Amino acid sequence: MKLNDIVIQTTTKFVLFIILAFSIFIFFNGHHHPGGGFIGGLMTSAAITLLLLAFDFETVKRILPIDFKILTASGMLIATLTGMGGLVFGGPFLSHTFGYVHLPFFGEVELATALLFDLGVYFVVVGSALTIIEMIGGDQ
Amino acid sequence: MTNYVIWTLLIPLLAGIIMLFIPQRVILQRTISIIASIILLINTVLLVFQIQTEGIQKMELGGWAPPFGIILVGDMLSGLLVLTTALVIIPILIYSFSSIGVEREKKYYYSIFFFLVTGVLGAFLTGDLFNMFVFFEVFLLSSYVLIVHGSTQKQLRESFKYVLINILSSALFVIGVAYLYAVIGTLNMAHLGERIASLTEPAPILTVIALMFLIIFGLKGAIFPLYFWLPASYTAPPTAIGALFGALLTKVGIYAIFRTYSIIFVHDPAYTHTVLGVLAALTMIFGVIGAVAHKDVTKILVYNVIVAVGFVLFGVSTMTEAGYQGAIYYVIHDMIIKAALFLLIGALVTVGGTKYLKQMGGIIKYHPALGWLFLVAVFALVGIPPLSGFIGKVLLIQGGTTVGDYWIVFLMMVASLLVLYSMIRIFLQGFYGKSVLSSKEEHGTTKGLLFPISLLIALSVLLGIGAEFLYPFVQTATEVLLQPELYINAVLKE
Repeated sequence: MKLNDIVIQTTTKFVLFIILAFSIFIFFNGHHHPGGGFIGGLMTSAAITLLLLAFDFETVKRILPIDFKILTASGMLIATLTGMGGLVFGGPFLSHTFGYVHLPFFGEVELATALLFDLGVYFVVVGSALTIIEMIGGDQ
Repeated sequence: MTNYVIWTLLIPLLAGIIMLFIPQRVILQRTISIIASIILLINTVLLVFQIQTEGIQKMELGGWAPPFGIILVGDMLSGLLVLTTALVIIPILIYSFSSIGVEREKKYYYSIFFFLVTGVLGAFLTGDLFNMFVFFEVFLLSSYVLIVHGSTQKQLRESFKYVLINILSSALFVIGVAYLYAVIGTLNMAHLGERIASLTEPAPILTVIALMFLIIFGLKGAIFPLYFWLPASYTAPPTAIGALFGALLTKVGIYAIFRTYSIIFVHDPAYTHTVLGVLAALTMIFGVIGAVAHKDVTKILVYNVIVAVGFVLFGVSTMTEAGYQGAIYYVIHDMIIKAALFLLIGALVTVGGTKYLKQMGGIIKYHPALGWLFLVAVFALVGIPPLSGFIGKVLLIQGGTTVGDYWIVFLMMVASLLVLYSMIRIFLQGFYGKSVLSSKEEHGTTKGLLFPISLLIALSVLLGIGAEFLYPFVQTATEVLLQPELYINAVLKE
């Protein structure tokens, strides 16, 4: 029985990209302002969950052919290795550094190694949130 | 200079993460886990020697100096516990290979195993209370997964209680930490110790907070009124997981009490440490009553875990040199011997096909090695010289008599005798007695199970004979506990 799918599906197609764009903005906003990997990851998972609600599981698997458990594991690996980067350069674990680079279009941008750590957190959050949803909702 | 403190946490963490990528490759996972645990062992041995020669080791995460940043501190007490943990997990891993089953191994068993180890090691090494909470959560979450791993009916039922009780204790932990921060204004353990020691008139609320932490850690470490959840939940999961829990998890609770009651809450020992001593005595009595009363071999064993908690905490409550030394010796001995006994009882239940003493008998006829190993383990547990329990108990008794707690010392000796009775009953009825089963009717084999058990028993014997060798290390650990200034200066002043 599919009655109202058309409304939610049409809306999702537009809203999805707004949510994703905003989640990426929030992710990059993290270092000096509210935001970061955790909240950005949650927002991305929310976007994908919306996609799941509007369409079905097979569609989402076709669009995103990723094993979310592997995504979680990669996130953990990235975060830990970033932390260990400090050890390689003789500093303590988790020590970080930053620099300013000039990018076309964006201008002067501050890049910190904490961003890499946050990327790991982002993957872990997206991966584990979607694994849980996959476990609970995947059977139907 | 290599910092072994941080590698102690990174090795198991990395091993766990790497194995998340390869859940289907069982042989590769086994190889990685055994290699990782051996590297971890080498690392912790180096850490202990480094602490002995160079003093307390610390690691300021991200380069932030304490008390502002997060810090890991390796003093000798942490070092010895970390080393024992690294020693104990290798036999448990080997035992898992032949007993846990491929189905479980493919469901991230080894990853979760190493995450649990990371949490336990982190709790031993952390230098501030909030991170102790974080590491508690790391190993608790892993233990939630392990206790329900395989989802048998019994596991599901017991895990529910286990999760509930631990969520409660975690909530209390955060509340306790908040109270402490509100009153003292810091959470770094060295800084807390320094500030509380400098108070001329400590507020009564500090005593309340001290008791609150005793409840929190007591729930984890299973002291007298708070051990009710332990017997059922430690017997629910497979043997290897039960051994891991019995050897490590309660010991983290004990360590936390040890640490907080020797460095932080020393403002009113006449009250707080008396409460601790009385609770320790009650823990011994009620634990041993449970051990004697039960007819189920696994239950007898888990009640013995509770008795040991009482012994160690009694040592902590005396606040004497001998008491502390006894507690350290005993906790190391107990981690090793409890792991061995869990594995032995697991093998016994596998072979006998039942948990009930009445239905067993004569197993020694077909499994002589298993039987005699069990007897040696029982003697070590009770502390018959020269096995490992002896030196710890002698020092505990010495510590108790120094401060005049004669009745607790008396109770401890009675409890020890009853422990011997409860365990020797398993030997006499289960192993010795009349054969119930012929060799063909047996329910399983001990193939692959005897080697890890003998490793642990050998360790226990070595610990007993080599007590002299271990003594300087225990002495270093005790010095820091008796003079908290050493810990505080090492963390804050350098």
